Amino acid sequence: MRAAPTFSRGGVRPPERKLPAASLPIRKACVPAEVLLPLRQHAGAPAACLVSAGQSVAEGQPIGRARAPLAADVHASIPGVVRQVREIRLPDGTASPAVLIALEGEFSRTGRGRRPQDWRQLSRDQLLQRLEAAGVVDPDGVPAAARLRKTRRAGLLVVNGVESEPYLSCGERVLVEKAAQVLAGAAIAASILGAGRVLVGIEASKPDALRAAAEAAEAAKAACAFDFEVSALQGRYPLEEEALLVRSLAGRRSGSRTGERGLAVLEVGTLLAVCEAVTLEQPQIERVVTVAGEAVRHPGNLKARLGTPVSALLEECGLLRAPARVIAGGPMRGFALEGMDTPLTKGMKGILALSRREILPAARTACIGCGRCGEACPWGLRPDELYKWLEHGETAEALQRGLEACSECGCCAFVCPARIPLVQGLAAGKKRGAA
Amino acid sequence: VSQPAPHLHQGPTTRGTMLAVAACLAPAAAWGVLVQGPGALAMLATAVGASLASELAIGLAAWRRCTLADGSALLTGLLVGLSLPVYAPLFVAAAAAVFAVAVVKLSFGGLGRNWMNPALGGRLFVTFSWPALLAARPRPAGGWLQASAGMADGSLLGASGQLGLVTTLLLALGGAYLLARRIAAWEVPAAFVAAFALTVWVLGGLPAGDGPFRGDLPAALATGGFALAALFMATDPVTSPKGRAARLVFGAGCGLLCFLLRVYGRRAEAPFLAVPLMNMLVPLLERLPARRGRW
Repeated sequence: MRAAPTFSRGGVRPPERKLPAASLPIRKACVPAEVLLPLRQHAGAPAACLVSAGQSVAEGQPIGRARAPLAADVHASIPGVVRQVREIRLPDGTASPAVLIALEGEFSRTGRGRRPQDWRQLSRDQLLQRLEAAGVVDPDGVPAAARLRKTRRAGLLVVNGVESEPYLSCGERVLVEKAAQVLAGAAIAASILGAGRVLVGIEASKPDALRAAAEAAEAAKAACAFDFEVSALQGRYPLEEEALLVRSLAGRRSGSRTGERGLAVLEVGTLLAVCEAVTLEQPQIERVVTVAGEAVRHPGNLKARLGTPVSALLEECGLLRAPARVIAGGPMRGFALEGMDTPLTKGMKGILALSRREILPAARTACIGCGRCGEACPWGLRPDELYKWLEHGETAEALQRGLEACSECGCCAFVCPARIPLVQGLAAGKKRGAA
Repeated sequence: VSQPAPHLHQGPTTRGTMLAVAACLAPAAAWGVLVQGPGALAMLATAVGASLASELAIGLAAWRRCTLADGSALLTGLLVGLSLPVYAPLFVAAAAAVFAVAVVKLSFGGLGRNWMNPALGGRLFVTFSWPALLAARPRPAGGWLQASAGMADGSLLGASGQLGLVTTLLLALGGAYLLARRIAAWEVPAAFVAAFALTVWVLGGLPAGDGPFRGDLPAALATGGFALAALFMATDPVTSPKGRAARLVFGAGCGLLCFLLRVYGRRAEAPFLAVPLMNMLVPLLERLPARRGRW
């Protein structure tokens, strides 16, 4: 294990608030009576629906087929009968068709132990095929297969074990409990890439995860030819940003968020899914999600079926009182939910029920020009200026001032005394600029 | 539309900033009132009242909204009251506060859009409108402390000697709190004080024929008006530049102008003139960073 510095400019230190969830073992969530599975849980266009109302489906049966770039297959997370295929609104506000399945019949996978297969016997194409068949998607929406296929002949695989957003601890728990599988997934990904080096980045504030990863890396090193290196990073938010993580770990100024620089970055939860997809031929129908916040009685990390309603997971953890805000994802980048019937999706790392005291709402005022946003921006932008240019419709000027570099990490709005919705303004401007 | 991310925030809000600055001024103001007597209290009350009233009236008339809650009108009134000589008639304080809020701030669009510190704008307005009423006149302090204090610049904070030293210390403590909480950027007062002290020390003795390096440093630094301008007025985020280099240049410019106005211009209110002059250069200073759109 080695200690590595972090990125030099900007960033913020939000309160961690990871306990007690981060110290508790992953629990298995109850299987819900109904799941609602969006056919778009990835960056690309929605998967084509393969089922219709009234049809019986088995556990893990494909119900959506990827037909576009950056799309992934979707599988039934429980056995049952398709009740409905309807349009729903995802937490980010976009629409997607979704399949409603009512629990019925027998579980064909759960409880039937399978012997892991040796992935070294499989060719690169077979490995990729299994990833595609399992519909494995990284939390940012890029399917694992697409990410690994695109960066052909990459020399480096980066394992993103950083979780610098408050509350979230699902990645940390996965590392503590399943480090061997995560690193097996990393070995699979590295062999697809043809990468000789695997760099694992974990924050120094997570000693348990670091120890587990280091032990698993020793074991993996003995088993295969890859050079695993686990680094303890002195982290602050948003260290999980790919460009910042790569810069911290590999020490090179790789500004790439798209992976064209001869490396690929995958998150630990994704690598666990990669391992299960290849060795067990298990489709991605479950994920570990952090349920936390002051309005939750028993915070923790739950392994839950995709499509489980947020309300069911919150109920299982005991909702103390009406939360001021329920968030899908982390508090820095997540989305406030309006309806609690929103389903758990592949990229959802957290479900947070926050009290008023945690959010501390304040009135929006005019910009007082304090410059904190610019000091917090890890990309060296001036969010206040960009926002003002965009407010006046000057998209071109904002683009010239580096708007494209904005990753919407939210550091600027986090420190803004005037509570200006900088991220929304800049994101909308980026969208306008791209159009 | 649902609430946008991020869902957590850190650091003071706009109102928190304004109220923190006002709270940091309060001890020095209270001490000033104790030293200078009821006239000073009436002056403060008039300035704050006029400032709040004009903010409320104009806000409602022009935009149908009440912006008193952001705390900036309170702070402006307080700064106006603290920067005026205590013997000035109360209508002068009211005029300064109304001009500050109505013309300097609100006519440019309100909080965040003014290019000059409102309180200093108001102070300048009355300086040139009623010079005779504000002209320095030595007057023993008539405060509750029964101490006769000399006057350095006639303002509430302007007692000289040991009483003035206490004022300056209280202001410095308040300012230190603002710097520690990063409500005020340290670069501005640091450069301001450094440039002023250096020029006074090196060149301050020349007009009196004392030769270089003979300036009267303690007397120049210990006045309340200087501490008020350096720690509480030049650091106004709205009218000071962003970025380290620009802030340092801004502060140094304030210090240099302050020296010229005090030593050669012989104006007691030199710091209150120097800061608005530098405020005018802020748009230029903001262009200092070499890389486009970056710090």
